[in-house]
This record gives sequence, structure tokens and C-alpha cells, in this order.
Amino acid sequence: MADLALDPRMELNPPLITSGATYAEVNQQISVITETAPPKQWYWVFFGVALPLLGLLGVCLTYLAFTGIGVWGNNVPVGWGWDITNFVWWIGIGHAGTLISAILFLFRQKWRTSINRAAEAMTLFAVACAAIYPIFHTGRPWRAAYWLLPMPNELLHMWQNFRSPLMWDVFAVSTYATVSALFWFVGLIPDLATLRDRAQHPVRKTIFGILSLGWRGSATQWRHYELAYLILAGLSTPLVLSVHSIVSFDFATSVLPGWHTTIFPPYFVAGAVFSGFAMVITLMTLARYIYGLENLITIKHLENMCKVILATGTIVGFAYATEFFIAWYSANQYERFIFMNRAFGPYGWAYWTMISCNVIAPQFFWFKKLRTSIPVMFVLSIFINIGMWFERFVIIATSLHRDFLPSSWGYFRPTWVDIGTFAGTFGLFLTLFLLFLRFLPAIAISEVKGVLHHQINTHAAPAGKGGAH
Amino acid sequence: MATNLLARLNLPGFESESKKVKHYGVVANFDTPEDLLRAVRTARAAGFSKMEAYTPFPIHGIDEALGAPRSPLGKIVICCGLTGLASAILLQWWTGAVDYPLSVAGKPLFALEPSVPIMFELSVLLSAFGTVLGMFHLNRLPTYYHAFFNYSKAEGASNDRFLLAVEVEDPKFNAEEVKTFLDSCGSRHTELVEA
Repeated sequence: MADLALDPRMELNPPLITSGATYAEVNQQISVITETAPPKQWYWVFFGVALPLLGLLGVCLTYLAFTGIGVWGNNVPVGWGWDITNFVWWIGIGHAGTLISAILFLFRQKWRTSINRAAEAMTLFAVACAAIYPIFHTGRPWRAAYWLLPMPNELLHMWQNFRSPLMWDVFAVSTYATVSALFWFVGLIPDLATLRDRAQHPVRKTIFGILSLGWRGSATQWRHYELAYLILAGLSTPLVLSVHSIVSFDFATSVLPGWHTTIFPPYFVAGAVFSGFAMVITLMTLARYIYGLENLITIKHLENMCKVILATGTIVGFAYATEFFIAWYSANQYERFIFMNRAFGPYGWAYWTMISCNVIAPQFFWFKKLRTSIPVMFVLSIFINIGMWFERFVIIATSLHRDFLPSSWGYFRPTWVDIGTFAGTFGLFLTLFLLFLRFLPAIAISEVKGVLHHQINTHAAPAGKGGAH
Repeated sequence: MATNLLARLNLPGFESESKKVKHYGVVANFDTPEDLLRAVRTARAAGFSKMEAYTPFPIHGIDEALGAPRSPLGKIVICCGLTGLASAILLQWWTGAVDYPLSVAGKPLFALEPSVPIMFELSVLLSAFGTVLGMFHLNRLPTYYHAFFNYSKAEGASNDRFLLAVEVEDPKFNAEEVKTFLDSCGSRHTELVEA
């Protein structure tokens, strides 16, 4: 096994799993996390940060439901405020999970196996956080389904307008949430069977027995399973590209200067992947630290993600430049005004925060020393997430706050409910993610074993096990 | 086959047969996927046809070695996807142009272009359900009882063991012979498993 621990920089294709290099060891290392009490840092994050924020979310949403959406800062002229900013931001976060699980799978990128499970979980939880906003912005969340979904009902005697991009959005996001959940669960089945087989306590055995559906890992089952996984990856790939494209249609199909541009779909998708990978880095550096997964989530994985961030961040920067160029080149005075106002108007501070975080911050990843340093990538990933939040805020607020009639110009200020709801969604997100880390295998056990098998055959023959062939 | 079915019904006349201990097959236990593959190929060459392998991760080449046909899942998914596409067109056309025609900015009540996003989304949604439920159906999931689990080391199949079962339905099945044969293939623990 000694040669598996070689310095990764010495080889062209460094091993993805740096120690614990037998199937049983991988099995043990990942499963044991779900079977024993979590390390003490976990309690810290859970009870110190996640639960209080979750409580705050409950308070804010209850207050909103009882009072009405006037408790938010939305008003004329900025009718879309933090609610849609946060919605778009959270949905964007989710995109990295699907990119890792589906697109990298189709490209046969083996490094995805150590991070795909947690990234898919992140997708689901981010979409759950995002879903809060469209549901609660109706003011009557208990009736939201009648307005959002085409349900025949005695309440309204009418149907939704399917020519509206907001309806496309409902279908895109709910399809995305459903397909991501299906994909995630299908991926979990073999690992749930592993947990079932390891379980000692009868209750635990029963729970994982039910969840794993009686999976046996027979060749017949794997045959259908692998094809199902491939098809789901093939479906999720165009789906994830469509989701943020359709989110961008909410803006692009309007006639508002600053929103009405054809660059939005690709620019939104690149931005979504950019912010999503930053969030994966934030979470993975924490998770591998808390659970000691350094041998499975290696520097190589993190470095690859930094490269994706560098690429997508540069695309986003290029899109900002293109927008400005087109505003000038169009010779449309309203378009020109919006962009000058965006950079040098009352929201200039937000614009330059966005530029610093999204365009300048990722450029540090050109240097190998910086993109292989955990503290550097952790800090930069947080900056990028701040920057991407500001991107959505800038697009929304600056295009609305100075409309065609100067007498109606205004300035958006969030209320404490706006801030509390946003902070609260972090509580929901962290709570769900920590519970996931605690109770479900955070790394795809069966997939890592597959990679390990490949690694054993290409890097070293297992000693005394007759692996040579 | 017919006697098998009758025996399962537990009719009085078949009591003696139904009380006999039934077997699932002989299960062998290997250290590596390569050992398993070699055993499967040797067993196929020796004329065994009703075999099943149990592994912690998919082993490439095992389907060819076992002589398994291609999965028909793709056909199921295509049917579901087309159903999704058709239902999206019908939904948007019927609600917008027939049941509740609402003129917005003089635009046509139904046109293909603004219908594309939902056509795409519903195709994907139904295809995904088709994929997962189709896979469940082909794999008979959930199945909470299977004779394979009676094997004393069955839990190895989700950890680091590579198992091969020669089932009783195999025309060449003879417990003792199969056991000796699998042991000679390098099995670490061979066992006759009850059904």
C-alpha cells in the first residue's frame, strides 16, 4: 500500500483516495460516521449556529404569515426585493450539486465520487431554502399551491397563464427539486443497504432495511441500476442548464432596461455553477475537518473545484463586461443610463462589492499555491458567495429603483424581517446539512469502492490477493 | 414448473413435498472482483446457466460473463418522456385556449414557442419518474425478503466480498458437485443456502 501514499504531485494521474485503501476500510470509515456520536465541533455548529438561525426563520415566517408581506421592504418602485434575490441565489447554489453528480458523471470525471453525495444533498437543501420565497411571497402560503400549480379548484375558477415565465419557473424549479431528490435517493440505495447490513440495533436495522428497499447488489440489479443512473444523469444535465435559464427568463422576457437582455441565460447558468462550487468548497472544507475525511476528499478534489470556480468566475466577469459593452453599443439611452447608474449610482457600493468578489477574488486561483491552500480557498469561497448574492441584488434593485419616471425613484432598504428570513434560511440549510452528515453516508460508498478498484488495478496490485491478471 | 407452483399453494395432496427443505442455491465467496469474474467464466464454460453475482459495486464485464441481456429501461423512459411532452402540450393548450381563454397583450392563446419550457420540464419530470420507477420494477424493489439473505455471510456483499450464487433452478444443479466446483474456483466460504 505504500505506493498509494506517494506525493500526488509526483504522478500524472494522482490517486484520488490517498489512504484507507481497502474496500472494508472505505466501508468502515464512511459508515462509522453515521453510527457513532458526532465530534464535538458538530455540536458547536449545530446548537451554536444552525438551530438559533432556524428558530429565527420560524419567527420571521410566522410573523409574515400572520401580518402580510408588507413586513418585507418591497414597495414601489422596488417591487422585487430580497425575496427574489435570495430565491435566485439559493437556486444557483444548488446547481453545483447537479453539475457534479450529472455532468461530471457523463464526462467520466472520477474525482466527483468523493463529493457528489454531499453536493447533491446541498442541492436539495438549497432548493428547499429557495422554495420558501415563492411560497411565502404569496402572503398566504397555505393557498400557494392553487396559484402556483395547475390544480382544478373551486376557489378561483381559473387557470394559470402559461405564457408567463413565472409559470415556467414554477415548473422548472419543482421539476428540478423532484429530479434531484430522485437522483439522490437512487444513489443512496446501495449505501443504505450497506448501513442495513452493518446495523446492530434492531430499530436501526429496520429503518435502513425499509429505506434500502431490500437491495441485494446482485449483478441483475446493478445492470438496471447503472443504466438508470446514467439516464438520470443524462436527464439532469439539460435540466440543470434549463433551470437557471428559465429563472433568468423571469427577468429577460420583461421590457425593463437592465433585465431585457439575451445574454442572461448563459450568464445566469455560469454564475449559478460559480456560486454553487464556492458553497461546495465552504461545506466540504468544514465537513472533512469535522469528520477527518482528508484521505477521501483530498486536496486534488478541492483543487479541481477551484479550477471550475476560476473558469466560471471568468465567464461571469466576461458577461459583466459584455453587458456594459452592449449598453453602450445599443445607443439606447435608457439602457446606457441603467448601467451607468448601476456602477456609479446610489447602489455603486453593491456593484463594486460584486465586481471585487466575483471577478477579482477567483483570479487568485491561477496560482497553484493558493488553490491548494485550504484557508485561502475557504475565505475566497465565502467572498464568492457574498459576491454572487450581490450580483442578484444589483440586477434586481438597480433596474427597478430608478424607472422611467424620476418622481417615482426610490431606494430599497431591507426590514429586519428581510434580514431575519435570509439569515434564517442559513439555519435551515445548515441544520439539514448537518443532519445529513450525521445520519446518512456523506460519501458515496459504493462509488468510491468502484474508483478504488480502478485505482488498485492501475496503481498497484493488492498484495497477496491474486489481483494481477 | 407446474409441480413447483402447486407445491407453493400448499394444497393437502402436496404436503409431503412442501414440507421438504427448499434451497436457493450454493453461494461462493471471493476476495476480489477478478476472482469472481474468473469463477463466473469457468462456471459458464462448465455449463452452469442460472447464476447470480452479488457485489458491493458494479463489476464491469460481469454481465457479458453471466450472459445477461441488455436492460430494457431505455424503452420505458422514452415512453414516459413522450407522455410528459404530450401532457404539457395538452395542459397548456386546453387551459389557455379552451377552458379559460385570457387575452394577454393580444398574444395568441396558444403557441408552441412559449410552451417550450414547460414541454421540456414535463418531459424530463416524467422521464425521471419512469427511470426510477422502471428501475424499481425491473429490480423488483422493494423486495423485503429474498432467499439470498439466508446466506450466513450475505452482508459481505455490501462491504468487501464478491459472491456468486449457483441457483437450484440450474439444470446442472447438484449441491455437492457445485460446492466442490466453486471451492476449486477459489471460494473462501461456500454454503448451501435454504430458500
